[in-house]
Amino acid sequence: MKDSMNTLEDNDEIESIEIDLLLDGIFRRYGYDFRNYASASIRRRIWKFAELEQLGTISAVQEAVLHNSTMMDRFVLSLTVNVTSMFRDPAFFQALRTEVVPILKTYPMIRIWDAGCATGEEAYSMAIVLKEEGIYDKCRIYATDMNEDVLRKAKTGIFPLSHMKEYTDNYIQSGGKNSFSEYYTAKYDYAIINQELRHNILFAQHNLVTDKSFNEFNLVLIRNVLIYFNEDLRTKVLDLLHESIASFGILALGKRESLKFSKYEKAYEELDSAMKLYKRCA
Amino acid sequence: MSYKIIIIGCSSGGLAATKTLLSGIADDCTIPIILIQHREQKAEVSMDNLLTNMMQRFIKRSIEEAEDKMPLKQNCIYLAPADYHLLVERDCLALSADEPVTYARPSIDVAFDSAARTYGSGVIGVVLTGASKDGADGAASIEKRGGLVIIQDPFTSEKDTLPNAAVASTRAPVVMPLDEIAPYISSLIREGGARLASRANG
Repeated sequence: MKDSMNTLEDNDEIESIEIDLLLDGIFRRYGYDFRNYASASIRRRIWKFAELEQLGTISAVQEAVLHNSTMMDRFVLSLTVNVTSMFRDPAFFQALRTEVVPILKTYPMIRIWDAGCATGEEAYSMAIVLKEEGIYDKCRIYATDMNEDVLRKAKTGIFPLSHMKEYTDNYIQSGGKNSFSEYYTAKYDYAIINQELRHNILFAQHNLVTDKSFNEFNLVLIRNVLIYFNEDLRTKVLDLLHESIASFGILALGKRESLKFSKYEKAYEELDSAMKLYKRCA
Repeated sequence: MSYKIIIIGCSSGGLAATKTLLSGIADDCTIPIILIQHREQKAEVSMDNLLTNMMQRFIKRSIEEAEDKMPLKQNCIYLAPADYHLLVERDCLALSADEPVTYARPSIDVAFDSAARTYGSGVIGVVLTGASKDGADGAASIEKRGGLVIIQDPFTSEKDTLPNAAVASTRAPVVMPLDEIAPYISSLIREGGARLASRANG
């Protein structure tokens, strides 16, 4: 009977205990560490998953994912996948073309890391810009995500044909030089990205929370990923990124993310403050 | 009651209403103010700056577009950026690029609910003119957690869908015409401050 007497404060407290237990259990059972994700965001995503799977409480989510690894796979997907589009924020890709490419052109070999690449839209968009600017052949794009399922999808380079209208608009706004349809082949309801845009992109699994730095890059894109981490975890991931950026290398964050409230504020200069492009000082 | 934060929600037509409200809040009311205003989808960065610049011209306290992990400061107004949800965490703001909620990103419901969960009875939630129901559930969440909900009188609202929905979703909101909201909030905050001061002295 006590249950019906719970106040809203009680319920909020119980929920927060349930979330802690769930994330702790997942870490111990599967090694995925979501414990330092931003609390309000992860709470929303857990509930979204619960509703989708018709689970009434977060404790029920815990039981389901601990006892059923297929359920766990679905849980990881719903917690980590960020829906994106090609040339999302066209102004960013314009800045990439006009402000970043001239710097990249000065290098004989260019290493690029697209961290948290999800289904690959950003990596392919970047490949198009680099191609049009004539430097794609000396670029290696490492596109990583923690999630193998999305990487499999990214590797296929296949997107719904219905998205192409939006992507074309974005491409034009970003200062694209050709006709966007030259970059894919339409087949039934799908668009397949051209092979020539794919051969210098390496899709690989990498977990920003638990894995280490694996190379040194001239350009690192990590847009709208750090927003899902809490302050401590963001600092930890920024450490990893800093280790992975060459001297005078460039860091690209999401439109409303910033180094301003971090310990690296002084280690980078703003290349474009509106587009959140930073250049490492030495 | 000592309030910690004011959070305001309105839809795209709400610029005139927010102007009246924000410019009417007294200088000695220093708690952070968060503004969730629906924007056209796909709004460009420059559009956002336009909005903050435009508002800054008639508001004395500083107004800026929120960035992720931005600390909440006294005397500041934070505008939710286009294409992100804004979430209120303890002492800072957080953003999310998750899918739109009821076609809105930023969603007023999402922002109000996170403010309610973080600051409980310390929240004043203000619902202004709005053409969708986004914000009504958030207002209910604020009220349920002990916060105060103020709703612009639907009869004096440019678009009454949101105010009506918020009146329906809450139990005891304060409903008043737009030009009375700022003086009301200012006096509430002043009273809270005076009560705290007298407690400290006594």
